[in-house]
Amino acid sequence: MTKSQVAASARSGPVADADASEGETSVGTVGGYLRASVVRIRGGETGVLPVVGGLILVSVLFQSLNGHFLTAGNLVNLLVQAAVFSLLAMGEVFALLLGEIDLSIGFVAGLSAVVMAELARPTVGWPWWAAIGAALAASAVIGLVQGTMITRIGLPSFVVTLAGLLFWQGVMLWILGSGGSILIQDNTINDLASGTLTKAAGWGVMLVVVVVFAGLTWRRDAHRRASGLVAPPPALTIAKIVGALLGGVALVLLTNADRGILVPVYGLPWVLVLVFAVLAVWTYVLGRRRFGLYVYAIGGNAEAARRAGIHLPRVRTLAFMCTSLTAGIGGVVYASRLRSISTALDGGTLVLYSVAAAVIGGTSLFGGRGKALHGVLGGIVIAAIDNGMGLLGFSAAAKYVVTALVLLVAVTIDAVARRNRPAGT
Amino acid sequence: MQTMTDHDDVAPRAAAGDVPLLRLRGVSKHFGPVEALTGVDLDIPAGMVTALVGDNGAGKSSFIKCISGIYVPDSGEMWWEGSPVHVRTPSEAATLGIQTVYQDLALCDNLDIVQNMFLGRERLRRTGLDEVSMENAARETLTSLAVTTVRSVRQQVASLSGGQRQSVAIAKAVLWNSKLVIMDEPTAALGVAQTTMVLDLVRRLADRGHAVMIVSHNLNDVFQVADRIAVLRHGRMVDVRPVAQSDRQIVVDLMTSGSSTRTAGPRESEAGR
Repeated sequence: MTKSQVAASARSGPVADADASEGETSVGTVGGYLRASVVRIRGGETGVLPVVGGLILVSVLFQSLNGHFLTAGNLVNLLVQAAVFSLLAMGEVFALLLGEIDLSIGFVAGLSAVVMAELARPTVGWPWWAAIGAALAASAVIGLVQGTMITRIGLPSFVVTLAGLLFWQGVMLWILGSGGSILIQDNTINDLASGTLTKAAGWGVMLVVVVVFAGLTWRRDAHRRASGLVAPPPALTIAKIVGALLGGVALVLLTNADRGILVPVYGLPWVLVLVFAVLAVWTYVLGRRRFGLYVYAIGGNAEAARRAGIHLPRVRTLAFMCTSLTAGIGGVVYASRLRSISTALDGGTLVLYSVAAAVIGGTSLFGGRGKALHGVLGGIVIAAIDNGMGLLGFSAAAKYVVTALVLLVAVTIDAVARRNRPAGT
Repeated sequence: MQTMTDHDDVAPRAAAGDVPLLRLRGVSKHFGPVEALTGVDLDIPAGMVTALVGDNGAGKSSFIKCISGIYVPDSGEMWWEGSPVHVRTPSEAATLGIQTVYQDLALCDNLDIVQNMFLGRERLRRTGLDEVSMENAARETLTSLAVTTVRSVRQQVASLSGGQRQSVAIAKAVLWNSKLVIMDEPTAALGVAQTTMVLDLVRRLADRGHAVMIVSHNLNDVFQVADRIAVLRHGRMVDVRPVAQSDRQIVVDLMTSGSSTRTAGPRESEAGR
């Protein structure tokens, strides 16, 4: 039977019509759509709900203990602090989606920072963009090498990237040498983390982003509704767009408020734009491209993916390259924030924080479930704990203990939510 | 004893009418000293459900793997729609129109129904996946098979029941214009209601003109859905006959001893469907 015949019989059959109309009523209204969401959440697809709830809880707690926590100055500072964690965690999400882990990304970030700082030295004299490009290329090549060992030779990712953690730390220390640190004198590189947009530019960037988001979301949902597919009702599409607009306005108002102590400081930090851009690209790649779908498929059932004709080694290696590349971006931001790079970089703690951030954000350690957004939100949670407890005068020891507890709570929520799933999964 | 009832016409003809969709002659396969299949002959006609039964180790799995391109037979010939063919890989089998639904179903729990059905052969647009076209095609295939119990084609497969998962796996096999669908123990893990649902689906596939071959241990299911029963024993095809000329005792005799002295009476209690 040809496909058009199948289609014809589907349209003419009474059963088909009954099914279609039933589908319309169950998801076509706001209420129906929300009910479907509740069913999904109770079925274990909790998504970002736990981490958003956790963020609100943490904010209320710290604000009630110290009124300085929710000030504009502190919140912007917190988001900038979170940038490195969020970037590394977004990288780790790729490895976790495959059901693998990448322990090397802390020192891959370090090496990326060292490469950039070394090449941007006045005595070497590379322009800022070339230095950053070389750093990111180096990061990606590391991912290629480690990914190739994992997928073609079949070594466990835990061991290969553990070796990577040691190896790249060694290489980093080697390059830094006896001096132990490299100062960054290039203003553009330093402005990545410390610079801000003008107030007007902040509004402009936000509006462009929201308009593009609104256009794409509306066009997509309207197209799906017109084709009779599973789609949110118009009211929900508009609610999403309004929500994005409100969030953008809030962020710009927050960052445009004067947060200086001695001199006025205001404006949207560049680093937030950078994190958002990386988030947008990875969300598109994972959610809309075939490569992203294959990453999820391999994490869900590698054997099924193999039988479907997916070239597993290629997809896996590419995913490990995405992990390392994102870590490299994190390293650039790290160095830019310190305006230098030194042997003090603790890649071991960084990688553990990035895994924790991804998991706190809602990414599963067992593969197949997670999003780039989870890494960003988890990074913000970790930064919020660090920042809030710092405000309250707690020691580093206490911060580690609390971060550990939050991580355990996050994993517990994930495990309990999954237990509610139907049998056989 | 009645053997090889399909041996009416050994030379394949191009005439579409009486040429079976797939004709196998003398298929043999051994693994080292172990003879898994010895000179197996079978015709698989379109529009019918052919059940393949046999005791454990009779060679059922090896046989379907030879058809679906996972194993290459050591000897034997294969005609597809009257023309000789050689199937050396699963993708060559898929190109011919042979799809196999294995017992583990090979579904990704974390993907939705549409994504599972199109896995590995996604439709693309310039900007990425063509979700609209795939979702429409998936829904059309499901409704044409009257798989109507799923809430939404955008549901994760993890949230489906066993019968629904089996249905999705079958629909996935059908989606690509397959002509022969082979199912390995499609009802092994299912309850009574789910089994009925899947067997109804198997019946509809055959009524739509697909050739269906099911491998099953469950003789209830076999007599409920099959048109023809092929019995393997120790790697040899001991009997192929229409379900009307068989009953449960004959099949058990054939499976265990390779022959049966019984003749099926006119439609006993359990043989009907």
